[in-house]
Amino acid sequence: MSDQEFITARDVTFAYEPDEGCEPHNVLDGVNIAIRRGEFVALLGHNGSGKSTMAKMFNAMLLPTGGKVFVEGMDTVDEAILYEIRRRVGLVLQNPDNQLVASVVEEDVAFGPENLGVPPQEIRERVDEALKAVGMYDFRLSAPYKLSGGQKQRIAIAGIIAMQPECIVLDEPTAMLDPRGRTEVLDTIHRLNEEKGITIVLITHYMDEAVQAGRVIVMDGGHVLLSGEPREVFSQVELLKKHQLDVPQATELTYRLQGMGFPMPCTLTTEECVEAIAAYLPPLPAASRT
Amino acid sequence: MIRDIALGQYIPGDSLVHRLDPRVKIVLIFLFIVFLFVAQNFVSLLLLVISVVVSISLSGVPLRHYLKSIKAILFIVLFTSVLNLFYGGGETLLKIGFMEIKSGGVSNAVFITVRIISLILLSAVLTFTTSPTSLTDAIERLMKPLKVFHVKVHEIAMMMTIALRFVPTLLEETDKIMSAQKARGADMESGGFAQRARALLPILIPLFVSSFRRAYDLAMAMECRCYHGGEGRTKMKVLHAGARDAVASVVVVLICAAVVVSNIFLPGVLS
Repeated sequence: MSDQEFITARDVTFAYEPDEGCEPHNVLDGVNIAIRRGEFVALLGHNGSGKSTMAKMFNAMLLPTGGKVFVEGMDTVDEAILYEIRRRVGLVLQNPDNQLVASVVEEDVAFGPENLGVPPQEIRERVDEALKAVGMYDFRLSAPYKLSGGQKQRIAIAGIIAMQPECIVLDEPTAMLDPRGRTEVLDTIHRLNEEKGITIVLITHYMDEAVQAGRVIVMDGGHVLLSGEPREVFSQVELLKKHQLDVPQATELTYRLQGMGFPMPCTLTTEECVEAIAAYLPPLPAASRT
Repeated sequence: MIRDIALGQYIPGDSLVHRLDPRVKIVLIFLFIVFLFVAQNFVSLLLLVISVVVSISLSGVPLRHYLKSIKAILFIVLFTSVLNLFYGGGETLLKIGFMEIKSGGVSNAVFITVRIISLILLSAVLTFTTSPTSLTDAIERLMKPLKVFHVKVHEIAMMMTIALRFVPTLLEETDKIMSAQKARGADMESGGFAQRARALLPILIPLFVSSFRRAYDLAMAMECRCYHGGEGRTKMKVLHAGARDAVASVVVVLICAAVVVSNIFLPGVLS
């Protein structure tokens, strides 16, 4: 294990308790994942691919039935260091409403550090800092039910940041949000990754969210299917399609154009796609441009 | 809006009463209420009424809020005081048929009216000036000695906190489910009592199911944030009683002492 590796999952298998008369079914079936410190990883996969189960392995909410998960070299099976692991690896869940404990924003953010037994004065500082980090400081005295979904999700993230974690795992944090809320949340986690160096594992099924990550891991049927930089992963359109996975719309369009005999590079974003297509169009006459 | 009502009656403010330590406030108001029932003569009763009026004016909460809380119990007050009129000794003041109103009955009626109204007003002072969170916080700390008897003080306070947090969320959800059922043709307004009660079932069942799902999610989120009960837990906000609270306590204790003294030296008027 190298120094760089923050979370290591080695040959992880997992099966939920089978229903009576059913064969146990492995949700995870020999997963190997290594996440480096400071990385921004997107974990992709469709429903039932095991990605959410994997997320709960990272902070010992679930323990592997086979194989091992290490966080900073600590085995997640070890109950004595359970809270050490959970403090280092925070988990943000899908539904923002169901994660907030207190009826005042700042008291909710304080919940984590309070559990850790941090002295009151320091909790105050951590809460203020966490709220500023997610841009919700002005709402510190609001009631959560008065906030929008995106704001609530940012409060949930602040609640994790107040524990001063080294890694935040987000399990489809934008699935229940409107487009504006999605942007708010994504901007926040990108900023946390860049400015505070917090390792981010973003579990999602939105391709455009995955494109912005530093690395993409695609899971399918309890296995890791692909892993690499977004461009590397999404250029394998055929393989992804074979596993009923989508690719970003821009990639899809250039892929089809390639199939129609236009040699062009694989694109990930709308801008890239526009550029690639524009190269084939005759330049517009100057007059019609305005 | 239905949501605004349920969030408790807290009226934010910065008055003297608002700034008292919630623990002190709870204890003092409780003491006050006990002494309302200790008072046996009009002098002490008057003293207590004045104290209630003073604390109301110190709370800085508009009078209409207090009037509203009295309006809710007006019927009970009238009913009990009228009943009390006919109960009690002393000389007969009025005779209607076989019923007699005696002087003791009149003082009984006055006492019961003043007691109930003061009781309601005092608890209103408490809930108007204390946010639900500080209220649960204070209750947790006041109940701490009960730990000796293995009362799960922290858990009770945590449950209260969560319940308060989810009241608006569940109300919103009820609203949504009701609309959804109405959109499917559910009729909730017509029919007798039994029919209406039955019409509630399609609302209660989804609400119940979703509450369990929420509970499961919340439990997981709490565990993710290292929740492991009250042990080794600290609090961001530390309550500390200051000079203000000391003064308030002294004043209340003096009033209570005056009530006791007047009970000893003045004749009781209740029968």
